[in-house]
Order: sequence, then structure tokens, then C-alpha cells
Amino acid sequence: MKVTIGAVVKGGTSLGYKTGNWRDERPVLDMEPCKRCGQCESVCPDSAIHIIDEYYIIDYDFCKGCGLCAYECPADAIEMVQEEK
Amino acid sequence: MNTKEITNQEELFVSGHRACHGCGMAIAVRHILKATGKNVIVVTPTGCLETFTSPFGYSPWRVPWIHHLFENGPAIATGVVAALKAQGRDDTRVLAIGGDGSTFDIGFGALSGMLERGDDVLYICADNGAYMNTGGQRSGASPLYSATTTDPAGRSSVGKFQMKKDIPTIVAAHGVPYVATASVAYLKDLEKKIKKAMTYHGPRYIQIDSTCPSVWGFPSDRTLEVGRLAVECGITPLFEMENGEITKVRKIKKKISIEDYLKTQKRFRHLFAGDQGREALKEIQDLADANIRKYGLLKQAKAETTTSSEEVFT
Repeated sequence: MKVTIGAVVKGGTSLGYKTGNWRDERPVLDMEPCKRCGQCESVCPDSAIHIIDEYYIIDYDFCKGCGLCAYECPADAIEMVQEEK
Repeated sequence: MNTKEITNQEELFVSGHRACHGCGMAIAVRHILKATGKNVIVVTPTGCLETFTSPFGYSPWRVPWIHHLFENGPAIATGVVAALKAQGRDDTRVLAIGGDGSTFDIGFGALSGMLERGDDVLYICADNGAYMNTGGQRSGASPLYSATTTDPAGRSSVGKFQMKKDIPTIVAAHGVPYVATASVAYLKDLEKKIKKAMTYHGPRYIQIDSTCPSVWGFPSDRTLEVGRLAVECGITPLFEMENGEITKVRKIKKKISIEDYLKTQKRFRHLFAGDQGREALKEIQDLADANIRKYGLLKQAKAETTTSSEEVFT
């Protein structure tokens, strides 16, 4: 890798580093009990939950499987499932 | 472009950074940038935040971001403010986001200088109570009787035996317009405080209780829960100070004992064995109670003080 002057790096380039393989447990979202409150998106340290209109998408490319979304969900709509590798 | 890419474009702190599972600081930074918007320049001294966001070639920041030495965060921020002023760019604001090591210990002189000069910088301290990115050595922010790698608990020690520095009060003593404490457990409150701080000009300071599952020793899904317990037991008071006066305090909803908070973390595990530990617990409980009295965290406590002062005057 070539070092730029001042070691300047373009913003948002970390999207090229997938942290999804850090995961032991995978959050699985059930849209049936989900109240669309947005709490899971709000608490995700990895910005890996996206809300597009009414739809909630978990980005497994980046989710590290910390389980915060499942623990904080007021409707218990997210379940942590053991990852099989 | 797929849907994921579209939503990632709105986020100013994107995925792919290398914070530990359930990092409280990463959650805090996302919400800080949500509250400030993209017209900011962020300055970050050495610490966890710098380490996990700057492996060369991969940056999660979608705002201009500068890393520099451990000790000169506030001084660099001053320089950025001066450069913006020279260019006549009044609408771009400057944020400095440091950890507790750079704020409480190593960069404290520079911080004090920045506050005294009155530079237009919002300084945010993401306080996780030790030097986490090197494995958890004690800092001036480590709480009383917490076990750290340099203050380990053992037969003749119950962990760090000094108090945590009261930096918000020290900052307020500089006569700055806005000082606040916040917690990752209350994210809407955090965003509100950042937005309010942005309405002021001059040096401002916000300290965020940034829970750390890796070194505090609790499961990664309890990041917000542990932060909530810290507020509910009174050890972490959340308040706002405007022009030297406390204007807002977050009241405790349901008071819990200090044990309920401490037993959730491995760094306090040694306090639950032996007489020395019991004594230490009492001391920490006294600290929490002193906070509750000082900031009037209980609704009843405030009523009691007003009646007693009335009695004195009549």
C-alpha cells in the first residue's frame, strides 16, 4: 500500500473492511413482533442496521454479533442464533 | 448502487471500524455526529477512538478528521479554529473527541489552556475510565477501588485507591459557557446536549460515560444496561451547567444500591470477597450518596432540603 502525503485517507473507506467474520452469534430479526421503534438501529455500534422506509435490514457484512440490538429490543423481535462456520 | 449503499451514505460514521464488540464509544460517536451534522471538523487525540478508526487505508469518518499526539488535542483544535477564521468559514465548527487518558491526564494542560483562551471548540471526553486500547491501565478517570492492570486487586490491595478526578467541575471553574455530562445509556439525552452545546460559542465540554465491555468485564450486549445502572445508583450524575450554574439534572427514577451496579463488572469483582472489600463498598456507596445530595438526584431529596432550609429561616 502506498503511503500518501500526510497519510491522508479518504473518508468512508472502512466499508472495504468487512467485520462480519468477527461474529459468533447472528442476530435474526422477526418483523412480526417488531414495533418499528428504531432502537436497534440507534444502539448498533457498527452502524450495521439500516432502516429503509418500514424495512429493517441487518448488514451481516459488518455486524460483529455483540447482541446489543437483541438485548435492547423492547419487543423481543431479535434473536441471537449461533453462527455455523 | 444497492439499498445498503444508499443508507450508508447518510451515516457520518460508517461500518467497518475495528471497535470491540458492543463498544460504547462507537455508539456515542455515531450519535455525536448525528447531532452535529456534517459541517464539522473532528480532532482526536490518541486513544481507543483513534486506534479503532485509523488503521491505514480504512477510515469510517465521513467528516474531516485529524489525529495527532496524545497531549495536544485541544491545541490542534485551537489551530483548526484559527485556520477556519482566517479563511472566513464561520459555519464550520470544530469538535475534539478525546478519551479519558488524553483529557484527564496527558492532555489536561492543553485542555486547560484551550478553555482559558476561550477558543470556539466543543471538547467531548468519551470517558471509559482507563487506558483501554493498551489493555486497561489506570488513568485519572478510573473509579475508586476498580482493578486495573497497573492497580491490580490482590491480597494487600483493593484496586485503585485514589478518587476519580472531577473534571466537569474543574472545567466549569474556568468560566466556560457550557459543561454537561451524558451517558451512552441515554442516547436522546446525549444528542440533545450536543445540539445545545452547538448553540453556544466559546469552549464547551461534554463528558460521556462510555461503557466498555472488554475491560470493565461484562457481556457485550449489556453496554447500555451498565450505563443505566451507573446513573440509577448515583455514581454517574447527569447534569447540564450553563454559565457556571447547574440548570438541569437527570433525576433517578428508581434508586438502586451501589452493589447492583458494581456486581455487573469484573473490575469490581474483588470487592465482593473479604472484609476489605466490604469496607470499600461502603466508601463507594458514600460517594454515590454524596453525588445524590450534591446534585439533588432524588425528587424527595430536593424537597427535604427545601423544607429544612425553610425551617432555618423561619
